[in-house]
Amino acid sequence: MSVGVFDVAIVGGGTAGCAAALALRKRGMSVVLLEKGQCGAMASGTNFGGVRRQGRDFREMPLATRARAIWDRLPELVGEDCEFRATGHLKLARDAAEMAELERYARDARDHGLELSVVGGNAVRALYPWLGEAVTGASLCPDDGQANPRLVGPAFARAARAAGAEIREFAPVTHARWTGAGFEIDAGGATLRARLLVNVAGFWGGEVAAWFGEPVPIRPLCPNMVVTEPVPYVIDRSIGVCGGNVYVRQVERGNVIFGGGRGWGDTARAISRPRADVARDAMARTLAILPWLRDARIIRTWTGFDGEMPDDIPVIGPSRTTPGLIHAFGFSGHGFQLGPAIGEIVAELVADGRSASPLAPFAIARFAGAPPAPAPR
Amino acid sequence: MSDTRVVVVGAGPAGMRACAALVAAGLTPILIDEAARSGGRIYQQPPQGAARPGRELYGFEAAKAARIHALEAQLAGRIDHRRETLVWNCFEDALDLLGPSGPSRQPFDALILATGATDLALPFPGWTLPGVYALGGAQIALKTQGCGIGRRVVFLGAGPLLPLVAWQYVQAGADVAAVLDATPFAAKLRGLPNMLFAPATLAKGAYYVARLLAAGVPMAWGVGGPRAEGDGRVERVHFVTAGGDARVVACDALGASFGLRSETQLADLAGCDFVFDRRTRQYVPARDVAGRTSRRFVYVAGDGAGIGGADAAELAGERAALALAEDLGLPVDVNRAAFLDGRLARLDRFRRGLETAYPFPAHLLRDIGDDTMLCRCEGIAVGALRAAARDKGAPELNRAKAFTRIGMGRCQGRMCGRAAAELLAAARGEDLARAGRLRGQPPVKPIPMIPELLS
Repeated sequence: MSVGVFDVAIVGGGTAGCAAALALRKRGMSVVLLEKGQCGAMASGTNFGGVRRQGRDFREMPLATRARAIWDRLPELVGEDCEFRATGHLKLARDAAEMAELERYARDARDHGLELSVVGGNAVRALYPWLGEAVTGASLCPDDGQANPRLVGPAFARAARAAGAEIREFAPVTHARWTGAGFEIDAGGATLRARLLVNVAGFWGGEVAAWFGEPVPIRPLCPNMVVTEPVPYVIDRSIGVCGGNVYVRQVERGNVIFGGGRGWGDTARAISRPRADVARDAMARTLAILPWLRDARIIRTWTGFDGEMPDDIPVIGPSRTTPGLIHAFGFSGHGFQLGPAIGEIVAELVADGRSASPLAPFAIARFAGAPPAPAPR
Repeated sequence: MSDTRVVVVGAGPAGMRACAALVAAGLTPILIDEAARSGGRIYQQPPQGAARPGRELYGFEAAKAARIHALEAQLAGRIDHRRETLVWNCFEDALDLLGPSGPSRQPFDALILATGATDLALPFPGWTLPGVYALGGAQIALKTQGCGIGRRVVFLGAGPLLPLVAWQYVQAGADVAAVLDATPFAAKLRGLPNMLFAPATLAKGAYYVARLLAAGVPMAWGVGGPRAEGDGRVERVHFVTAGGDARVVACDALGASFGLRSETQLADLAGCDFVFDRRTRQYVPARDVAGRTSRRFVYVAGDGAGIGGADAAELAGERAALALAEDLGLPVDVNRAAFLDGRLARLDRFRRGLETAYPFPAHLLRDIGDDTMLCRCEGIAVGALRAAARDKGAPELNRAKAFTRIGMGRCQGRMCGRAAAELLAAARGEDLARAGRLRGQPPVKPIPMIPELLS
C-alpha cells in the first residue's frame, strides 16, 4: 500500500462505521476511519440502548434479524458483551385500539419470522405485577433485549484497530471528492486518498451525500433521555408502548432509563441539550405505566444526534452519482440494534458490490429530486 | 432598567456583595439560594431559633459573617430573595428552579453565578465508612447544628481549613485525637513570602496551629498512606509519618478533605468556555478580572469561579456586579472598580502562597490500591478507572465515565470527578489538563420524579 492511499475510507465512527472497519479488515482491505469526535459518542452512544425487533418497519426486519444474531456473538467479535441482555421487549397497550394494534402487528410479524406473544390485561398483571393499571395488554418479543450504548461503538472501534484498521478520532472530515480514480478526503488538516468511500456519518451523512450531488431531506433527531437513581431491580423487560412516545428499561444496577420526545440540538456546533419540558412529559408517561417510580429521583438527562429521514427508514446502498461510494445513514432513531449488521452489509457492498440482505427499500434514489431538508427548528 | 432581569445564584459572600452592588446601581436582582438564610457555606447560619453567639460560630470571622448576614436585612424588599430553591438547570436564557412553592423557570437578561465550592474529596481506604466526614461538613455540623461529628476526632487534610476546624473542635470541647496534614511542613515556609500579602490571614493560620500544639493535640505533617478502619464505622486511622513510621490513632470520627473544588456546573450548562487552572488543578470558567465569562451577560464570582477564599469572594461579587452594571450601560464608579481590582490582585498573591504552603497531596493518590473505592455513588473502585485508561484507552474523563460509570451516580461526579481526573492523568502518564472535565448535564443535583414539579 502506498503512503496515504487506503482501500477504504470510512466517514463516521458510530457502531456501523466501526463494525464496517472491522469487517473490511477481515476481508484484508486497508481501512481508515475518520471520526470528528470520539467513536460511538453520537447517536450510537447516547441512544436508549434498545436491542429490539418488535415494532420495527418490516422492511428493516431482515437487517434486524441479521443483527440480532451478531449481538449474541459480541464477546467473540469485540471481546466483551457490552452489557447485552436478552431481556425481551414488552410493548404495552393502554386502550382497546392499541391492543388491536398489537394483535395486528403480531399477526403480520409472523410472516417476517418474528414470534410475538400477546396477552391481555389480567395476564399482564399476573406476569408483570410492577406495571400500572393503565396497561391493558402487552406483546412480548422474548429474543429482544438491551445493551449499554456507551460501550458498543468503542468496543467495535478497539476491535477494528486491533485488526489493523486506522481509527482517527478528532479528525472531522470537512470535504470529500471523487477524482475519477478514487476519493480525496480532507480530514483533520490532512488530505487522504482512498479507492472507496463509506458514508456512515449519521445526521451528517446528509452533508456527505450532498458533496456528491445527491442531497437528501434528512433532519436531526435528538432523543431526550432521562435516568433515575438506582432503585430495586424489578423491570426485567425492555418496555415500549404503542405509538412509541415513551420507552423504559432498568439496568441491573437499578437505574431506570427512559426516553421520549426530542431534545435540542445545534448541528453546526454538534451541541445538543435535553429539554426539561420534554423530560417532564416523558416522566408523566413513564409514571402512567410504572406508578411506583414516583419515589425515585432523576440524576441525569441527556440527548445526542441522530439523522431522521422523512419515511423513517435509513439510506443504505451505493451512491447513484459516484462509483465506489457507499451510504448507510439516517437511521431515524432506531439504528442501535442494526449497527453491527450494517457494518457487515457495508463491507459486502464495498467488497462484493452487493449484499446478502435485501436493501432495495433503502436506496438513496428514493429521494432523487426531493427538496433539501428544511432548516432545523 | 427596572425591568432588566438580573439573577444572582448563591447567597454566600460573593452573591450577597453582588446583590448589594446591583441594588446600589438601581437594579432589583433576583437572588436564588438553596439555603433558608444567607451566608453560603463559609458563613452558614444556624436555623431560625437556634442562634448562638457569632464569635462562637465563626471565630475571627464573626464580624465578617455578621456583615454579610446584616446585608440580607438591609437588602430586604430591594431584592427578590428565593430561599430554599435549587437551580438545577440553565438552558439558553433561563434557569430551571425547584423551590418550596414548586417548580418554575426563571428567564434572565444577566446572570451572576456565585455558586461556591465544596470540599475536595480524595479516596483512601475506608473513606466511605460511616463516621468519615468532609472537613467542611465537620465544620458545618458545628456551625449550624452545634454538634460535632464525634467525641474523639481525627482530622486529615491538605488545606488551611485543617487547623481551623481542628481548633474549633478543641474549643467546642471535642477530643481531637490527631491532626494529620498530608502536606510537608517545609511547604508552609516556602509559601510565606506570598502569604505576607494578607498578613492577618497568615497570622490566624499560625495562631490555630500554635493553639493546637499548646493544647497538646498531636500534629503531624507530610503524612501518607491514610487508612480508616473499623467494624461498621470508623474506629481508627492508620497513617505513615513523614519519616516513614506506621502509626495508628483510635477515634470515633474522621474529618478529611484535601482542599476545595469549585462548583461550576451551572456555568457549564450556561455554555461558558472553561480553562484549566494549574494552581488549583481544575477547570474553571474562563473570565476576565471582573468576572465576565465567554458568554455575554453571564458572570462568575467567588469560589465557584476558582478558589480564592471568602474575602476575595466578597470583592469579586461586587466587582462582577459593577461589570454587569457597566455592560448594561449604567454609570459605574470606576475608582471603586479599580480599588477592587487592586485588592483582588493582592489576595491572589496570598492565594498563591497558600497553595504553595498546601500543595496538592499527589502522593496520596499515587499510593492507593486498585480496590479503593473511587465513585461511591456507583460503587466503582480505582482499578476500574486505571483499567479503562490502560485497556480501553480512555483519553479523558467523559470517556472513562462512559466505560466505567465513574461520575454517573447521584452526585454526577461532583465528589469523585477531581480525583478521577488525577488518577486518569497518572494512569496515562499525561498532564492533568488532558484528562479534561466531566461534561455538565442537568439536573445539577437530583430532582424528584414528579412531573408537576417541573416547569
